[in-house]
Amino acid sequence: MSTTIKDPGTIKPADMDLPDPETIKKELLARYPAKVARKRSNQIIVNQKDEDGAFPEIGANVRTVPGIITQRGCSYAGCKGVILGPTRDIVNITHGPIGCGFYSWLTRRNQTRPPTEADDNFMTYCFSTDMQDKDIVFGGEKKLKAAIQEAYDIFKPKAISIFSTCPVGLIGDDVHAVAREMKEKLGINVFGFSCEGYRGVSQSAGHHIANNGIFTHVVGKNDTIKEADFKINLLGEYNIGGDGFEIDRILAECGISIVSTFSGNSTYDQFANAHTADLNTVMCHRSINYVADMMEIKYGIPWIKINFIGAAATAKSLRKIAQYFDDPKLSKKVEEVIEKEMPEIEMVRDEVKKRCGGKLAMLFVGGSRAHHYQELFKEIGMKTVSAGYEFAHRDDYEGREVIPGIKVDADSRNIEELSVEKDGEKYNPRKTEKEMDTLKTKGFEFKDYKGMMEDMEKGALIIDDVSQYETELLLKLYKPDIYCAGIKEKYAIQKSGIPMKQLHSYDSGGPYAGFRGAVNFYNEIDRMVNSKIWGYLKAPWQISPELSAKYGWE
Amino acid sequence: MLLRHTHTEILPREALTVNPAKTCQPVGAMYASLGIHNCLPHSHGSQGCCAYHRSALTRHYREPVMAATSSFTEGSSVFGGQANLIQAIDNIFTTYDPDIIAVHTTCLSETIGDDLYQITNKAVKEGKVPPGKHVFHANTPSYVGSHVTGFANMTKAMALYFSKSTGVHNGRFNIIPGYVEPSDMSEIKRLAREMGIRPILFPDTSDVLNGPQTGKYKMFPQGGTPLEDLVSTGDSMGTIALGPLASADAARALDGKWHVPCRVEDLPIGLSATDRFIDALRKAAGVSVPDSITRERGQLLDIITDMHQYFYQKKVALAGDPDHLIPLVEFLVQIDMMPIHIVTGTSGKAFEKQIQALTAHLPCKVNVKAGGDMFMLHQWIKNDPVDLLMANTYGKYMAKDDDIPFVRFGFPILDRVGHSYFPTTCYRGGMRLLEKILDVLLDRMDRDAPEERFELVM
Repeated sequence: MSTTIKDPGTIKPADMDLPDPETIKKELLARYPAKVARKRSNQIIVNQKDEDGAFPEIGANVRTVPGIITQRGCSYAGCKGVILGPTRDIVNITHGPIGCGFYSWLTRRNQTRPPTEADDNFMTYCFSTDMQDKDIVFGGEKKLKAAIQEAYDIFKPKAISIFSTCPVGLIGDDVHAVAREMKEKLGINVFGFSCEGYRGVSQSAGHHIANNGIFTHVVGKNDTIKEADFKINLLGEYNIGGDGFEIDRILAECGISIVSTFSGNSTYDQFANAHTADLNTVMCHRSINYVADMMEIKYGIPWIKINFIGAAATAKSLRKIAQYFDDPKLSKKVEEVIEKEMPEIEMVRDEVKKRCGGKLAMLFVGGSRAHHYQELFKEIGMKTVSAGYEFAHRDDYEGREVIPGIKVDADSRNIEELSVEKDGEKYNPRKTEKEMDTLKTKGFEFKDYKGMMEDMEKGALIIDDVSQYETELLLKLYKPDIYCAGIKEKYAIQKSGIPMKQLHSYDSGGPYAGFRGAVNFYNEIDRMVNSKIWGYLKAPWQISPELSAKYGWE
Repeated sequence: MLLRHTHTEILPREALTVNPAKTCQPVGAMYASLGIHNCLPHSHGSQGCCAYHRSALTRHYREPVMAATSSFTEGSSVFGGQANLIQAIDNIFTTYDPDIIAVHTTCLSETIGDDLYQITNKAVKEGKVPPGKHVFHANTPSYVGSHVTGFANMTKAMALYFSKSTGVHNGRFNIIPGYVEPSDMSEIKRLAREMGIRPILFPDTSDVLNGPQTGKYKMFPQGGTPLEDLVSTGDSMGTIALGPLASADAARALDGKWHVPCRVEDLPIGLSATDRFIDALRKAAGVSVPDSITRERGQLLDIITDMHQYFYQKKVALAGDPDHLIPLVEFLVQIDMMPIHIVTGTSGKAFEKQIQALTAHLPCKVNVKAGGDMFMLHQWIKNDPVDLLMANTYGKYMAKDDDIPFVRFGFPILDRVGHSYFPTTCYRGGMRLLEKILDVLLDRMDRDAPEERFELVM
């Protein structure tokens, strides 16, 4: 944990000369075959607004070039791994050969905390039909049914879900029909997901399939109104490394009550009850903004974008929630909490900034993290010179106003879009139109997300679905002080002598959300970029290899 | 409790696997491909397979694991993955410049029936494979066998694709090390060399997946079996295949194709299996065993005699792969431990028979299952508790719940270091295994000892 304190004179000024981004872009494309270079050229953008104030269009949510060595995973990973992975009391059965279930078993560091020893927790378990060649040839529905029955007999869960892997779609197993039959038979909720790995172009398709499934099969099933003030849902927060626990703590201190979190530390009943909240707050825009839209249309719950990554962003988000509820007591409490939390944060931040200020960061991760984490780096004076998402869409870069203009291609078309209408009984507008308008005139923004580009400096290089080759070149050309991505990228970067922070799983760290999370992150980055170990890469004999012809010490 | 739904009552289970003790073929194939010098593994399927396999191997080794994917979409799943693979081959050679691309299939490309011979031939005809470069493949359907099968299939594929015979012996000996760690591969090479044998070890992940920190990243590190060595395997004097499941197919393929005589031995885990390996090498190569190796054997034996009291009649539960478990059970029985619950996820009746034969003399019931899972193992443990658990990292959930001394062994190990640097095979590896077992057993005695019986000297 030791850090060296650098002479302030050696800290690079924030406005130091960086290499010309257009030249770098050319370098990144130079080696590719012509067709690949043309495609990648649309996905590598120098950040700059045109005269009309619009950002250049980025190629995003498009197919990955085969063979390029991508960071991306598949639809199954997005559905079972990301969205349903953090839910503790549903038995999630992977229907397929053993691998998919095995790899998504506990590897994402989602934390959960069942209230008592008697509460269900299946997150430590992996359930699979382990399909064999005979199931591929003769069909796997029979085995799936038997597996659901056995899961019910042994574990007695309140719900069972089924996740389809690649061969399931190809051989035509109807998981939804099996789910309906078993739901009827067992009297518990059973539902399936067609999240075969080949659907869509990345994990993002799987997020969509998962969220649509939860919205269709679970949300709205429990009408109990929680006795509490200021009830919200937290959408798109997955409790990796305990992020959700820290956010829960802060919200509880403010007196804000969480009805459901999608899906960190979540339960079946929370999802079923989600439609009773009075505000949806969206953390990861990419993975869940459509659920917020659907809940507004069906149940009348407005939604706002919030961000609990970064101390200032956390404070801003709390104030935004308070402004929505428009209650002086809540606003006062929020201010008290911020006032109480900030001194320690500022102390650590200022101390860390002395050692990290002026250093360069790069972030290539996720569908929102590469944007949100720039806040934390900014707070300790670090500059993000290049960033991009692994599986985001254009709106996550350019802002939501581009959504109507996004072309729906063949890969997106096969991901179901739900058509949602007002619920005859359960629709209840939480604010009158007049109240909404009043808030808007005060500058309050509903369902607004401006995207990554707005917050990045002019000339920053924005790269969608970055490849291994581009990563290696970026390291050489920018020489960043830290690079953030995922486990597959980690060690190639560290072997290049540059510290690498995982922003999917946080290595073994976290939480990094909220106030305490910010402090953890400042200290972690300080440890990493100022570690002494990078000074030992060369052995003494590599530093001065000259031989002196002596056999002994004098 | 972490595994709070695992109870003693064992209900019948035919269709549902819970907490698997295996994973799928392609990850084993990817691992084997990394053991060829200047080779990039390629996964012909959806992106997720490649991402998962790279992640699993990266977490286990804490090393870069590079591999490419055909990135199937719904369209390619319907029309076939030919266009994707040919494009991938072009991009890989242009961008990353390996000498070899080792393609393995997935459940997706196997289910739709992509013909990899035809596709790679087409890539060659279209000039996408530069002169002197190679693309070869192994069929590794995920719905057959396990990660061990995938390793075996890729190892066999590399032997069949590259080996040639000039008709003149090269004076060398093929050793197929099996699905073991880079450290084990180094150790096996070291012993062979110490016996004066020049081995061709394939695949060989040493110096690939246990590389140094130098500040300079190289996508293709110095290790891996060189191409010319793979070609030369057809001219070797013989082949020793370690681990029947992982290595026998490749050895027999070389025998069938080039008449390179082969011998299949257990993985050299523990005393007797290592004895058999060394003796087989000695006889096959016609060399004598140097004193240095006999001394290592004696050191292993010395630890056993010195510490026998701590091993004696301790009950052990094991999960792992058949090639590892058979010599491990033999070793544990030899030192008078009692392996009573043994599970592997990989199917095969021969495994159960062999384990039953090895444990037949034990004075207690022994549970063994091939094609079983860790849930089953845990239920057995709950019914008949053990003094020691040896399994991959997933075992730690059982170990914590039931407070069992735990030694990490097998794949994957996600929460400790050491396995890539320090072997558990051969005599020194046996010593390391005993050290690890003793550490957890004696720590437990220390932890639980009443103060008056807390021992300084043990």
